[in-house]
Amino acid sequence: MSFVEYGDTIKDGDTAIVFLGHESMFPVKVQHGTVTQTKYGVIRHSTDLIGKKYGSKVTCSKGGWVFILHPTPELWTMNLPHRTQILYSTDISIITMMLELKPGSIVCESGTGSGSLSHALIRTVAPTGHLYTVEFHQQRAEKAREEFREHGVEHLVTVTNQDVCKNGFGVSNIADAVFLDIPSPWEAIGHAKSALKAEGGRICSFSPCIEQVQRTCLAMEEYGFTEINTLEILLRVYNVRTISLQIPDLGKTAEDNSSSGFDSSNPSHQGSPCANLQQGTVQFKSGVPLREVVGHTGYLTFATKS
Amino acid sequence: RKIIFEKQWFYLDNAIGHIYGTTFEVTSGGNLQPKQEVEETTTEAKEAGTDNRNIVDDGKSQKLTHDDIKALKDKGIKGQEIVQQLIENSTTFRDKTEFAQDKYIKKKKKKYEAIITIVKPSTRILSTMYYAREPGKINHLRYDTLAQMLTLGNIHAGNKMIVMETCAGLVLGAVMERMGGYGSIIQMYPGGGPVRAATSCFGFPKAFFDNLHEFPLSQVQNLLCGTLRAEAEESALLQEESNGLSEEKQQETEEEPAAEAPMEISPAEEQDAVDIAAGDVECKENKEKENKDNVREKQIKQWERRKKLKEAAALLREKNADGLIVASKFHPTPLLLSLLEFVAPSRPFVVYCQYKEPLLECYTKLRERGGVINLKLSESWLRNYQVLPDRSHPKLTMSGGGGYLLSGITVLLERGSADCSNSEALKVEEPSSKRCKLQDLPC
Repeated sequence: MSFVEYGDTIKDGDTAIVFLGHESMFPVKVQHGTVTQTKYGVIRHSTDLIGKKYGSKVTCSKGGWVFILHPTPELWTMNLPHRTQILYSTDISIITMMLELKPGSIVCESGTGSGSLSHALIRTVAPTGHLYTVEFHQQRAEKAREEFREHGVEHLVTVTNQDVCKNGFGVSNIADAVFLDIPSPWEAIGHAKSALKAEGGRICSFSPCIEQVQRTCLAMEEYGFTEINTLEILLRVYNVRTISLQIPDLGKTAEDNSSSGFDSSNPSHQGSPCANLQQGTVQFKSGVPLREVVGHTGYLTFATKS
Repeated sequence: RKIIFEKQWFYLDNAIGHIYGTTFEVTSGGNLQPKQEVEETTTEAKEAGTDNRNIVDDGKSQKLTHDDIKALKDKGIKGQEIVQQLIENSTTFRDKTEFAQDKYIKKKKKKYEAIITIVKPSTRILSTMYYAREPGKINHLRYDTLAQMLTLGNIHAGNKMIVMETCAGLVLGAVMERMGGYGSIIQMYPGGGPVRAATSCFGFPKAFFDNLHEFPLSQVQNLLCGTLRAEAEESALLQEESNGLSEEKQQETEEEPAAEAPMEISPAEEQDAVDIAAGDVECKENKEKENKDNVREKQIKQWERRKKLKEAAALLREKNADGLIVASKFHPTPLLLSLLEFVAPSRPFVVYCQYKEPLLECYTKLRERGGVINLKLSESWLRNYQVLPDRSHPKLTMSGGGGYLLSGITVLLERGSADCSNSEALKVEEPSSKRCKLQDLPC
């Protein structure tokens, strides 16, 4: 296993994702002789995990079972230990595309935080690219280094413990893209510009507040960035449900109802429309939004150095 | 070569040798290269009104007439100067608020100062462009949705991906960009061949195409059912120094007469030619040779195509693909139920559809089939902002039009059902006993 390369079987030292169902899962470090407790019982790593194929169903001691999944940056994002607020896959995906990242890209990032975005960036730029990530909090920087080592991607990333606003990224004229997720990104725009390649590159700044965006945009303009563009992306997730709605009794007979053409085109309904009508309900499949309100994560400001 | 863009026409010759991101101004026919930073036409008259209580729309505020403006344009005067003239001849300009003045200038600049920036192709540029210009060709797949697909599908170097798309090759190109020439892609195509109009816009190096395979959708059923017969079939075909699937052979025989037809016509024509200009035997021989070469070339191409097809079939037969991406005009359910057979366990798959309803059905059918977890139906909303001092607000909401995604992760099917799934998953109706068994899955 590695976060940048698929493997078939689970090996000692791997990070695997234990999938319990209903979006409930957690990461586990596979080690000989270790056991993991789940609500379905105990998983013994030596016998239950090592040597098995990723995607296998593993039966736990209480007879319950779980699936063991190959780690990906997206699964990691959903399961990582939070040390800070993190970026989720929806924002990460648009950042990756808008920064035009691909294998071989050199990226600068600050701050590293919990490493949610870092893993996705590393995945995309591997095997020939590199990530330079700057974190001013010493403990977080250490923890990130440790994780990258555990996940077999340390050769693709350099973690620097310094203040990006004061000291920059520690590199100059080598980056294809820069990403900023710090409280005062406008103070780092100058450093971002010098980190980018002479022939140009892309920059992105993530900020929750519009006032931060405002100042960042002004700073970007001042430093000669072009194509400045601010956007926000929101994800709506739908639950698939079979809904049945009652037909009101208007004193009509069943024949009248069917002639009024209730949903006759719905394939899921074709099976027994009459029976349904007699029961006085119509069934259909619907995508029901999970939550009432979609939250706000942050504004993403992109620009080009050319 | 002459190119037309936004009602302007120009030649690209002058743009060669400049770096990407250079801005050009269009003159009559060619390209002119102005400075990167056009010095701000600081309207010295920093006079401005505070509100519009006295501004009346009488249609007479612009003192220059339509014909005057046309005359200025015909004289080939710089757009910048025309804008300046318009401002000077606007009676209301000074009364407008500073913000309104700004807006006025911007609008006029857009119209009279034709500038073009030449940029390097990328998924960002091409997907934004296709969505704005030809959304119908890419099934209204918005660029943020495409971005989600690439991430949810964990597309990265070294993957072995299966892609089924009818988005002009845009999705394929996006996947190729993310894989950077490492790993392999098998493109499943409907009809006579894969469409790659958008793919060619990326300007990928030749090496990227070495591991790009294609396989006709119409052969998928054969490949799935024929797994048992494959060995026998192959050896039989090898003896005939042919290869691939039996169906492919039929196609070949159908194509053969078509290939021969032009050859029959041309000798007849030549006969006439010989009659008129006798003695021109050499010419005839040449022509015949050319014909033979053509036929040979065709055969070689066919042979190469079949060889590639065989390779693709072999890759699919391993059933260990690292992911599946579907974005087509077809109903996603049958595509998914069949193509997932080729994907290894613990791998992501993503299906795009312009409409939600087919994905609802697909979700239900996948649940019945089993072998998948973490199914998620989602849609992304994108909001663009105008950020200017004291004038920040959302620009426009794009929603609904970006399409929907169904994503999930494959897992190992139960031993017993895995064997029968090869043949039975294709029959849409599953045995009810199996369905019961699958209902207590934790997903």
